Amino acid sequence: MARRPPASAPEPVLVVEPVATTAAELSAALGAAEVVVCCGSGGVGKTTTAAVLGLQLARDGRRVVVVTIDPAKRLADALGLAGGLTNDPSRLDVDAPGELWAMMLDTAATFDGLVRANAPSPEQAERILANRFYRNIAGALSGTQEYMAAERLHALHDDPHFDVVIVDTPPTRNALDFLEAPGTLARFLDHPLFKLLMMPTRRGLKVLNVAAQPVLRTIGKVVGGDVLADAIAFFQAFDGMETGFRDRADAVMALLRSDATRYVLVAAPKRDTIDEARYFAARLREATLGVSALVVNRSTPSFGIPDQAVGRDTADPVLSALWANHDELAAIAAAEHDQLAPLVADVAPAPVCWVPMLPGDVHDVAGLHEIRRLLFGPDRPTG
Amino acid sequence: MPPKRLDPREFLSTTRLVVVAGKGGVGKTTVTAVLARAAADAGLRVLAVDLDGKPTLADLVGDVPHLSLTAPDALADYLETHGLKRVAKRLAASGIIDVVSTAAPGIDDIVVLGKLKSLERSGDHDLIVVDGPAAGHAITFLLSARGLLDTVRGGPIRTQALDVLEMLGDPTRCQVVLVTLPETTPVNELVETAYALEEHVGVQLGPVVVNGVDAGDGDLVIPDGADPALAAAASFRNARRAMHHREIERLSDALAIDQIHLPHVVTAGITRDDIARLAAGL
Repeated sequence: MARRPPASAPEPVLVVEPVATTAAELSAALGAAEVVVCCGSGGVGKTTTAAVLGLQLARDGRRVVVVTIDPAKRLADALGLAGGLTNDPSRLDVDAPGELWAMMLDTAATFDGLVRANAPSPEQAERILANRFYRNIAGALSGTQEYMAAERLHALHDDPHFDVVIVDTPPTRNALDFLEAPGTLARFLDHPLFKLLMMPTRRGLKVLNVAAQPVLRTIGKVVGGDVLADAIAFFQAFDGMETGFRDRADAVMALLRSDATRYVLVAAPKRDTIDEARYFAARLREATLGVSALVVNRSTPSFGIPDQAVGRDTADPVLSALWANHDELAAIAAAEHDQLAPLVADVAPAPVCWVPMLPGDVHDVAGLHEIRRLLFGPDRPTG
Repeated sequence: MPPKRLDPREFLSTTRLVVVAGKGGVGKTTVTAVLARAAADAGLRVLAVDLDGKPTLADLVGDVPHLSLTAPDALADYLETHGLKRVAKRLAASGIIDVVSTAAPGIDDIVVLGKLKSLERSGDHDLIVVDGPAAGHAITFLLSARGLLDTVRGGPIRTQALDVLEMLGDPTRCQVVLVTLPETTPVNELVETAYALEEHVGVQLGPVVVNGVDAGDGDLVIPDGADPALAAAASFRNARRAMHHREIERLSDALAIDQIHLPHVVTAGITRDDIARLAAGL
């Protein structure tokens, strides 16, 4: 079957007026932020929200960089990331007193940088980078992406060119793993396999004995001896680098737990996304961190109360259809509010911002501005 | 041949394992439940399977037999049935699944696929419907068998991978159903996933399910001087219907695959009764 990309959709038309929002509260919640972490499950418009918050902060005169994990293509276009994966920020043209930059996280490249920075010698760094097992985990190990997002965030926070870093977390339950107790090693050095391999070395046993451990023999039987040998070589090449990694991880964690970092939950009125957002809210609570704002995307807007003089009981079929439609949408909106109520209670007193479902995707900066006005209220004339 | 609307019952009896895949938030679990319910109502012996260990699917399918199949469970099961029973418990309990799957990426996927294959072979079920991984992961999940053949050169995992590949390549045994919403990004991602699956995995694609379609009978007419609240609600509805229509057209143009449309359910949280109604409406 020949590949035929879908033709792009026509311009979306906004049919809803900006809803009354908790705009002032939202602005206040983000006021002095240096880091904003947007959390939520996949498909809820997390990246769009991150970009919109960035746009508003740039209008407030701040120099903002948005770090995204995996934006939808049209949003990547809107963010000027159409050239594909780049680990360096690129600047968007946004008519604002501040600046808005965006970049897409390249987990493997970030990991490589960390290895180079921490290796005692360039040779050791190259030995690790060339290892087949390393190549596998650098991109794929669960938790690596989350950890590297935090690492990148820390580096950008230290960069004097930016006032605010906004990060869009990966769409997994592990997204907040980087919040785990301070003092733990960087996640992958906490890996059970690493511990297994390092223990005997410290006891002064020979490297060769490692592979003779029952657990490793078992793993070897399942995955094959050469795969296991790669893994052992990798972890041994890492010996001695833990301290550097631990210090770095502690610094990242301290930033994420400081007053400079704000957490914004993003959800949509669907059970699974609400469950995920409540899970994140609970994780943040456990870490004694507060939620600064909840953004509910794709909600059914409210259209106000119709003039009863028009009459629901009208015999006019046209009017009657309008009434039926209005009542149906009002019932959906009410059901959505009921469904969101537990989450709203979880995050109280954080402001809750409702963004109505739009009839098309955001694919340019103008689209981001539309949503920004829905969140932060209409633009006031300048001067 | 242009894509057409399909009678789902016809499809459900053409294969034995259906993997439902789609981007997060498109209603994969709903579609899995509807297909399982419809097949059970048609008299088939159905098994509904989730891979995430969450209770949602079990709730929605009601009395249709259900299995929760997570990677650690599948690995433990695999080790036990391959003469490694003694260490199996210890391995799974200590999070060693992470270690094993790191050493050989895809091994967690292959043990899950291997378990699905043995369920499919058992003859106990006419149809197994799996609430599969999210779109991005669907490709790596289904590619795991091929990938492992390159890294694992012998042993039981290789045999397992070969068996799984054979099943994936046989449309009478296994097909993939992709789910989307009638919205721009989900449609684009579905088209990309469809091409990637055909090119790299070689698995047969069943019909595409478009979930949450607000079909309606044409536009609502808004007379001059209509009440502003009624008019705003109507134009919102008209814009949404127009978008759904446009996106379904675009999907049909981009992908010559039959479609099943599930209507938009007027509720914020779908229930078992909604699933039964949607299944009956197919």
